[in-house]
Amino acid sequence: MNKALSRNEASRAGRVQIVRSPGGVLAWLVEDYAVPLVALDFSFRGGAAQDPAGKPGVATMLAGLLDEGAGPYDANAFHEALDEEAVHLGFGADRDHIAGHFQTLTRNADRAFELLRLALNEAHLEQGAIDRVRAQLTAGLKREAKDPDSVAGRLFRETAYAGHPYGAPTRGAIESLPSITREDLVAARVAQFARDGLVVAAVGAIDARELATRLDAVFGALPAKGMLKDVAPATMQGVGRRIVSEIDVPQSTIRFGRPALEKDDPDYMASVVVMHILGGGAFTARLFREVREKRGLAYSAYAGLQNYDRAAMLAGSTSTKNERAAESLAVIEEQIRDLSAHGPTQEELDKAKKFLIGSYDLRFDTSTKIAANLAHLQREGRAPSYLDERNRMIANVTMEDAKRAAQRVLGDGALLVTVAGRPADMA
Amino acid sequence: MAEHNPAPQIVHSRLDNGMEIVVIPDHRAPVVTHMVWYRNGSADDPPLKSGIAHFLEHLMFKGTAKHPKGQFQQLIADLGGQENAFTSYDYTSYFQRLPREHLATCMEYEADRMRNLVLTDEVVAPERDVVLEERRMRTDSDPQAELSEAVQAALFQHHPYGEPVIGWAHEIETLNRADALAYYQRFYTPENAILIVAGDVTPQEVETLARETYGAIPARGAAPVRTRPQEPPQRAHRLVSLADEKVEQPAFERCYLAPSAVTAPAGEAEALEVMTHVLGGGQTSRLYRTLVHERQVAVAAGAYYMTPSVDMTRLWVYGVPAPSVSLEEFGAAVDAVIADFLKAPVSENELNRSRNRLIADSIYARDNQTSLAHWYGAALACGETVADVAGWAERIEKVTAEDVLRVARRWLDKRSAVTGYLMPQEQAA
Repeated sequence: MNKALSRNEASRAGRVQIVRSPGGVLAWLVEDYAVPLVALDFSFRGGAAQDPAGKPGVATMLAGLLDEGAGPYDANAFHEALDEEAVHLGFGADRDHIAGHFQTLTRNADRAFELLRLALNEAHLEQGAIDRVRAQLTAGLKREAKDPDSVAGRLFRETAYAGHPYGAPTRGAIESLPSITREDLVAARVAQFARDGLVVAAVGAIDARELATRLDAVFGALPAKGMLKDVAPATMQGVGRRIVSEIDVPQSTIRFGRPALEKDDPDYMASVVVMHILGGGAFTARLFREVREKRGLAYSAYAGLQNYDRAAMLAGSTSTKNERAAESLAVIEEQIRDLSAHGPTQEELDKAKKFLIGSYDLRFDTSTKIAANLAHLQREGRAPSYLDERNRMIANVTMEDAKRAAQRVLGDGALLVTVAGRPADMA
Repeated sequence: MAEHNPAPQIVHSRLDNGMEIVVIPDHRAPVVTHMVWYRNGSADDPPLKSGIAHFLEHLMFKGTAKHPKGQFQQLIADLGGQENAFTSYDYTSYFQRLPREHLATCMEYEADRMRNLVLTDEVVAPERDVVLEERRMRTDSDPQAELSEAVQAALFQHHPYGEPVIGWAHEIETLNRADALAYYQRFYTPENAILIVAGDVTPQEVETLARETYGAIPARGAAPVRTRPQEPPQRAHRLVSLADEKVEQPAFERCYLAPSAVTAPAGEAEALEVMTHVLGGGQTSRLYRTLVHERQVAVAAGAYYMTPSVDMTRLWVYGVPAPSVSLEEFGAAVDAVIADFLKAPVSENELNRSRNRLIADSIYARDNQTSLAHWYGAALACGETVADVAGWAERIEKVTAEDVLRVARRWLDKRSAVTGYLMPQEQAA
């Protein structure tokens, strides 16, 4: 019985089953029996944007503590159980969610799902583990304190979203991590681990009936509703500013960006196409061609869209030796202005659309990638039919759409630019 | 390890001109991964030309007479494909992932650049600048990377694994078109290449297409011979330290010389894999449990064994000390864990946990055609066989606690190791 993932089925959406457990937990499922595995990808609404003011890092720390002792197991015993059953289990927080990624061999599924249930419902959050995870996060932050890419990124985020939760560091700050208490972590768990903000995607050797039973076991006891505070829409600030952080390195790392379109904007898909032309792909985008290929200014030069629940921006990066950093930035700004003023060429538009359409398949060739994509679409509020509609939406982007989207996203070309290094001739 | 679902049927063959072919069928999605591996890496760089293997990898994107610069890349993009290339110590590899129906076109282009590369000074010069920027980005702006480079240079007293894959900046600056073409002529031959195709294909169609494309390339008569200076017996533990104002978090690494799956007697590399996992794989390992949980002198600790490798390889032990623990104290704590580890065989529980994890990883790998292609490609490029890779899990299952103890005693020897300290400026000696 290998009914899923056959290339003869024209519809990708047609392979997605929507499973509702007796307890009311919803999941998208793609059944496939080629490899004896089950992959689960899920998330709760919440994340770092819910961190208490002045205490960034709570959501990240909570995610890091879920496998540090739960139910009858202390931290060691829990990790031994994961090893014995060869379970892959990881949690993480981003700005808007706490997410989990789980994979098990089918022969170990019973115990693996039980370990997942314990992590989500009965994690101890005991003080020794809290101190351990705090020390690990602190070491990570120290490690990147003077790393050029981290410094430029931090400066960019703090400037762009000053005063908004998105301006705070997701993984916390060295100064504020010590103030996070067990009560903060318990409060975050109570507020966020709820069924109304939950999305689940399952892929692999499991049928709808078994999945429904497992969903109730793992998620069924969570409260129906979370208690999230409202996050205000974030307006990007600092556009037009150029900020340099001096670090003694031979190369300047440059971050740049400006506001972009929300995902529900009618021009969003056209803006995806335009951004691919500007800074996407590997070898064909304008930034790659002009910065790397023609001038040898950098190993990497890219720009893309970053959408959070309450913000949308264009963000890009490059790294050039200090003497030529200003030249790199000038080339990037020139390309952005040109694309805004004139739009792409017909050839660029046609090729970008072909790439975006053709490459969609590559996102669906492993269980974990499929599960991640299905969870992502649910977070965006899409129906499974989007899996088939998405390529049509790209095909329908006209030159007029692309020019309008380019104008709307790239505007006058003004950017927030942050630089880490010792760039010459850059005020 | 009885599974209901059999492992993929991997087919291995060879063209008349000597090029090897490996096909890894995976029919779940209508995509293929196409890779060509060449058996040459940075350890084959000629004297004074460090970085030439990696530089040539960049230059392989500069086009041929039939398909001028950018055409192959544009084609892959038009098809919705992804592509890239990478260079390591022992191999250089080029790959594309794309919808299955375009495999033939892709093979035609890749075969074309195996023998028809055109290089001009106009494309060579800016690409050399790109590589120098890559080095500045990956190494010269990152003290941890600079330390690792110094540790490798110290570990290998004679073998070229001590040279960084990307090369030394002062030698990269001198690489030119003639160097690149000489290197290309020597190594980019069918006898030196391995084709791996994974995904929604049959072995028959791949072989037919391979004969039409790669098969048209004339044989050179023999694969290039790579002769490398080998390590003499090592007798001195070396300590390498780097202090930098950019370092705020001290870190510890130790790199031991160790045999690879290619150089070791049968079963020894597998014992090393299990040994390294018990010692430092994950949070139940000896190092993590003792240093992080019990003694609380570390925030992180672990070990890692690098294989495959053509010649003697490396085994790392690494850690991040807790605040107020010096690197010397940390090193002593690591030594104490290892001394204890060498006293008696590991427990049955430890052995089973590690073997379970390692064997399960080979099942998880089957979910990802690109990972499988990479696994086979790297192994074959280093001199292993398809049967070696396919039988890996079975051999791991046979590793005993006595095997683990024997290889630990033999190879966790500080006299053939380098210890590296990464330190903040104020701690500099």
